[in-house]
Amino acid sequence: MQELTLLGSKPTRHGFGEGLVTLGERHDNVVVLGGDITGSVMTSLFKDKFPDRFFSIGIAEQNATTIAAGLALSGKIPFFASYGAFCALRNADQLRISVCYNEANVKIGGGHAGISVGPDGATHQVLEEVAFLRTLPHMTMIVPCDYLEAKKATIAMGEKVGPAYIRFGRSPVPLFTTEDTPFEIGKAQVFREGNDIALIANGALVWESMLAATELAKKGIQARVINCPSIKPFDVETVVNAARECGAIVTAEEHQVHGGLGGAVAEVTAKNAPVPVEFVGVRDSFGGSGEPEELMVKFGLTWKEIYASALVAMERRDKGSSGYRQVKDVEQFS
Amino acid sequence: MNIEFEQKVFPNQRQSEQELAEIALHIRRDIIKSLALAQSGHSGGPLGSSDIFATMYFGGYMRYKPEDMQWEGRDRFVLSAGHMCPVMYATLANAGCFPKAELATLRKYNTRLQGHPGRDMGLPGVETSSGSLGQGISIAVGMAMSDKLLDKNDRRVFSLTGDGELQEGSVWEAAMAASHFKLDNFCWIIDNNDCQIDGRIKEVLDVYPIDEKCKSFGFDTVVVDGHNFTELMGAFDRFLENQKNNTGKPTAIIAKTYMGHGVSFMNDNYKWHGMPPSVEQAQQALAELV
Repeated sequence: MQELTLLGSKPTRHGFGEGLVTLGERHDNVVVLGGDITGSVMTSLFKDKFPDRFFSIGIAEQNATTIAAGLALSGKIPFFASYGAFCALRNADQLRISVCYNEANVKIGGGHAGISVGPDGATHQVLEEVAFLRTLPHMTMIVPCDYLEAKKATIAMGEKVGPAYIRFGRSPVPLFTTEDTPFEIGKAQVFREGNDIALIANGALVWESMLAATELAKKGIQARVINCPSIKPFDVETVVNAARECGAIVTAEEHQVHGGLGGAVAEVTAKNAPVPVEFVGVRDSFGGSGEPEELMVKFGLTWKEIYASALVAMERRDKGSSGYRQVKDVEQFS
Repeated sequence: MNIEFEQKVFPNQRQSEQELAEIALHIRRDIIKSLALAQSGHSGGPLGSSDIFATMYFGGYMRYKPEDMQWEGRDRFVLSAGHMCPVMYATLANAGCFPKAELATLRKYNTRLQGHPGRDMGLPGVETSSGSLGQGISIAVGMAMSDKLLDKNDRRVFSLTGDGELQEGSVWEAAMAASHFKLDNFCWIIDNNDCQIDGRIKEVLDVYPIDEKCKSFGFDTVVVDGHNFTELMGAFDRFLENQKNNTGKPTAIIAKTYMGHGVSFMNDNYKWHGMPPSVEQAQQALAELV
């Protein structure tokens, strides 16, 4: 397995924008719809290079999503990108009926995901869309961990037939994957071997999980770090193997603890290999203004929470049924 | 109740007004039969818009091949008001796109004639799933953009919305885009029967004046009696002219209709929006539709 080290820092949205340009070069029928924020979601790169295949739809996400369905039903591969708050949730019904029920080959790029948006505040910090999107039949949903994976994922989803959504962020995040790091829709990758605890993460929390694993190793605990960008289809095999071989899991994501990656892991393990699972994520609250780093600390989305959760999960595993939480300790949101 | 569907189908050619009236009659009879067998579904809108459908599909305005509704060169129709699908199904059956006997399966288990159109069922002539109001027209705009701006062909796209549907804001997003992109290959038909489930349009939420709204959104707007074939053909002719002359203007046809038209006890009565006829009522309706 390739050793992953920190190579720099770059926003995932850049990967999306560059991936779109690659797709445009490869395929004449890739078209892009703009929702007035083309600079911030980086579709401006495509617009500059392929102006004849770019259409500005204005601030009308429902219409853009549905127009995309019409284009897809005409043999085009339309991408529409906006902020995730507006292109996953405001247009939820359009995604459900016009895109997924139609099995229309529509691709959505959802930017400014998570609280790392920073100063814009809660309205723009979407933390709920993974839970919705992964329940849609026919949908593919990807949460890349860094700039390069975002680029690979964008190209892959453009070249796979069917509705697809990619989630990416605004702020620079650690870049640590390379051209050699495998990416495949439907697959999770083991980024670090270990059998004591499994840390399953996506997005920016993958690097935090790597940091947590380094700290755990200092205590002699070997954590398996699993990068799980493909929320749907979900890599059941890799997660079940982790449950069987590690016996305890921590999930980590920049999303509500409900219904996202953690929810998917809980469903899969409950059905196939029940083990203690601890969830790192936003705990049933809205975001707020601040610098991205401040917010990640405030909302508990750093390696420290992953580290602490790993110790709890392992303790619960080691206690067996006596590791069940006491009723008084049960939290309503985790 | 012994209901049988006639075998007769009609060719897709420019039919005379008299012939269109006969086709519309067949469509209405088939709507009544399929709804009576389903004992579920919407009667009012389908009956009220039968004359529009007869004109659009048999008046020489839509180019399609009944035996191959996936033909690349076809003109496309998107039913935005998905609940009105009984009229689309009956029209497609009368065009010979699928056997008329299949109309007996409306809303039944595993049917291709879903309660609201489901593209996944593969019924020939159903271009999209629809049923959540306000979306079909946007899909149609996307299709028209693909034809005119990307493939640069002369295909036409038609979409029909209800008038209550105009309360959905996204309809106007679609209208704005249609004129912004100068889609003179796009024809929007508004079935203006002035009824929705809860009552008259004005009482539920006033959408009037529709014609001025369409005009201000950049449409070449025609208001017609939706039960008058001369007027309907004139409106569709105007759409063809707009496309032929590259006017850059999409066409809006506001067809004034009566919900349940053709059946005396349903005519202009909003209570028939979402109800099927009972067996006795169906027999009475069929006796009138001759």
